[in-house]
Amino acid sequence: MLEGRAITEPLIRAENLTKHFPVTRGLLVGRTTGHVKAVDGVSFTIGRQETLGLVGESGCGKTTTSRLLLRLEEPTAGRVLLDGQDVHALRGLELSRYHTRVQAVFQDPWSSLNPRLRIRDTVAEALVVNRRVTRAGKLERVEEVLHQVGLPLSAAARYPHEFSGGQRQRIALASALAASPELIVLDEPVSALDVSIRAQIMNLLKDLQARQQLSFLLVAHNLATVRYIAHRTAVMYLGRIVEQADTESLYRTPLHPYTKALFAAALPADPDAPRDDMILSGEVPSPIDPPSGCHFHPRCPFAMEQCSRVAPELKAVAPGHVVSCHLY
Amino acid sequence: MARVEERIDAGFVASTAAEDLARPRVRGDLARMPWVSLAIITVMVLGAMLAPLIAPHSPTEQSLPDKLRPPAWEAGGSTRHLLGTDVLGRDVLSRLIYGARVSLIVAAVALLAGGGIGLMVGIVSGYLGGRVDSFLMRVVDATLTFPTILIALLLAVSLGQGLQTIAIAITVLIWARFARVVRGEVLGVKARDFVALARVHGCSHLRIMAVHIVPNVLNTFMVLLTLHIGFVIIVEASLSFLGAGIPPPTPSWGQMVADGRSHIASAWWLSVVPGAAIMLVVLAFNLFGDWLRDWLDPRLRQV
Amino acid sequence: MAVAAPVVLDVRGLRAYRYTRWGVVRAVDGVSFALGEGETLGLVGESGCGKTMTGLALVRLLPEPAGRIVEGQVLLEGEDLVTKSESEMRRVRGRRISMILQDPQTSLNPVFTIGDQIVEALRLHHSDGERTLATRAEEALRRVKVAAPEQRMRAYPHQMSGGMKQRVVGAIAVAGEPKVLIADEPTTALDVTIQLQYLALLKELQARTRLAMLFITHDFGIVARMCDRVAVMYAGRIVETGPTRTLFRSPRHPYTEALMASVPSMDGSVARLPSIEGQPPPLHDLPAGCRFAPRCAYVDDRCRREYPPIMPVGPAHEAACWRVEPSPSR
Repeated sequence: MLEGRAITEPLIRAENLTKHFPVTRGLLVGRTTGHVKAVDGVSFTIGRQETLGLVGESGCGKTTTSRLLLRLEEPTAGRVLLDGQDVHALRGLELSRYHTRVQAVFQDPWSSLNPRLRIRDTVAEALVVNRRVTRAGKLERVEEVLHQVGLPLSAAARYPHEFSGGQRQRIALASALAASPELIVLDEPVSALDVSIRAQIMNLLKDLQARQQLSFLLVAHNLATVRYIAHRTAVMYLGRIVEQADTESLYRTPLHPYTKALFAAALPADPDAPRDDMILSGEVPSPIDPPSGCHFHPRCPFAMEQCSRVAPELKAVAPGHVVSCHLY
Repeated sequence: MARVEERIDAGFVASTAAEDLARPRVRGDLARMPWVSLAIITVMVLGAMLAPLIAPHSPTEQSLPDKLRPPAWEAGGSTRHLLGTDVLGRDVLSRLIYGARVSLIVAAVALLAGGGIGLMVGIVSGYLGGRVDSFLMRVVDATLTFPTILIALLLAVSLGQGLQTIAIAITVLIWARFARVVRGEVLGVKARDFVALARVHGCSHLRIMAVHIVPNVLNTFMVLLTLHIGFVIIVEASLSFLGAGIPPPTPSWGQMVADGRSHIASAWWLSVVPGAAIMLVVLAFNLFGDWLRDWLDPRLRQV
Repeated sequence: MAVAAPVVLDVRGLRAYRYTRWGVVRAVDGVSFALGEGETLGLVGESGCGKTMTGLALVRLLPEPAGRIVEGQVLLEGEDLVTKSESEMRRVRGRRISMILQDPQTSLNPVFTIGDQIVEALRLHHSDGERTLATRAEEALRRVKVAAPEQRMRAYPHQMSGGMKQRVVGAIAVAGEPKVLIADEPTTALDVTIQLQYLALLKELQARTRLAMLFITHDFGIVARMCDRVAVMYAGRIVETGPTRTLFRSPRHPYTEALMASVPSMDGSVARLPSIEGQPPPLHDLPAGCRFAPRCAYVDDRCRREYPPIMPVGPAHEAACWRVEPSPSR
């Protein structure tokens, strides 16, 4: 069903990524009273022409993880390696090169485009800033990517307010493609779009991946969307990855109780579907003061005595399928 | 089901190429423009620029036999001096026209300088944040606590009277207002996704400020400029009234009001005419600024 | 159209327009449906189809004077809400018909405690003393499964999570024990696991009081779980109505069919997701004839010329389309 498996050395490797945001109090001096442990030791790889889905609810750390990959945040600990090179240690020409290899598309089409710039200037920015291009070269490339995303050439000279939400996301995608990247970080790329437009964009993403050597990190909360596009999926909860596997394996046999709850909460568009109502109790705890041991134990229907004491390790339970839970 | 699928796949690119890219036309906007304000502003600006051509007399030419003539429509007035003459026989109308020059020049210089400084400080402070922001905003706070006229008077006394002094005094006073408002706007713009994406594209901070931040705060900045013109004109008039402004014999509206004080009972036109001019012009600029803000605002929100 | 239980809300030919500088936006353009006691009707559509405006029109909360009801009746237990005065409506809102909105952030006043806000809602509908009202408020919180209600009474909205805020909003909405509840995308801003809790809560509240619910949403999963019947809206009009199961098994209107096909499912059974080309028509510039015609796979000439009336296509099932075979309804 999904083609394009990773065949060589992974393009991106995240090793024990950690990001703690200090929480300060006090008017003039500002003491640090705690840390928001947004990302707490996350590791994964993304291969070439592969899509890794990162799912979880608000506060799980998936957006911060994506920002760490994009160098929008500095990790408190851990590294991100692009082809073996530490991304946060890059400077100068190598940094410029990095910007042409890793790009992004964000959630809100109404906020992703500078309303004062013409489409062609927004789309070509990564190219213009990192490589020397002639005006003709720039326009040529803009036309190429606009065509790739299914927009007419006349769009280049226009302004963002002339376009609908779906069209703007295409423009954002064109803007990410302009510098011929190898990895695009997609942070909820379709959740702000109408239902019927989502399908258009998702198909577009799949086509682009098949035609070019593109990898995606797809951050999303909609499980059906992720299943449609991602080759492998990781589930995050309160800053940690609780389960990671090939998408098919994960969706067919979810192992972690949180994953099961998440799947149960993804209501199928079928009134006769069996109701596996795993309704979790309580609220999502705050990442400033996460529960001890396994972060999920207060809400877990299968919690055991040791779950509140010891944090479980990520263990391989089947080939390519890891879980961090004491049940296994 | 299958039919829908086939047709969609075949027509994918063609359908998006045919999508409507038109934007709604904004009808009826022309009818709502502030015509009266614009008319007043135009008359003032043209009058100031063409002063030597349209003023009936020289503003400094004295003519003692003609002193204290009332305006043309009163008894004793003449059409040679439409708005009457002052205590030295100088034509009030001509002095009014030349006085407009002074007001405009001071306003322009002070606004450009003060506005320019304020814009830059606001952008840097808002974008960089952190300690730079804290420091700059404390300077702004301090500046805003200065009593306006007092500072201007002090400067006038220490630097001497003249166009330069007034311009400097007003600049010092208004830059902080611009800085504060612009900083607020910058914080809003900074939070939008396209700024983060610019960093992902590899843009330097300087490029982001110039290409992404500044153009998106310009609307607010322009409105602010317009709304401050009235304020600056009044400050200049006040300073001149207090004797700390433009030295005589160059006419200035504020000075004319001051000169006419002692003759209020007998020669009311000496103070009332320039006073009315100040009021009308400031009102016109304020109304225009209000209209500009309303006109620009929904368009801003639309994107 | 036949409805099982006694009808509490009967909407007939509702038209609500917005008057803007670009012309008249016909947001709700001839909407009719009936809601029975204890029943949940889903109102489904994409952005701009008019579903939110419909909800607002029912409680007469349209932004006047730019937006107003121009035609139609909204019969709440036989009384027409459209003809009521504003002061009469104030007695109706909250007491007999109530509404929950999408964003929990803006639904609660940030400067008052939760307790104050619930008590205020209760005070409008009960003439008890303060002490009794406070007790009732605590009970209301308990009924919406808010833990430690005594402490929560003194909490402020910003101290609560989104899910909890929506519960408080729900408690306030049912404080007056209304007959009809309009829920406009109440779970869109919530996490999925919280959403499941909340939907279960709504079902419970409904079961207890035989509350009739109009559930406005774009999410078919929610519709499948919560709704007894569904009405699909497109460009200001309802294009298909029917029992939930029927609509999912055999949608008859091409828009319903295409929309459902474009939603990816959790069991990942499609290789390629069909999408609907084009965009909905602008509501101030509607085409003559069927509004879905430009995007329809089955379109023919008649579709472009004349707007199809809503016709029965099965038991309790209607659709507005020329290309379906009408059949007698039972």
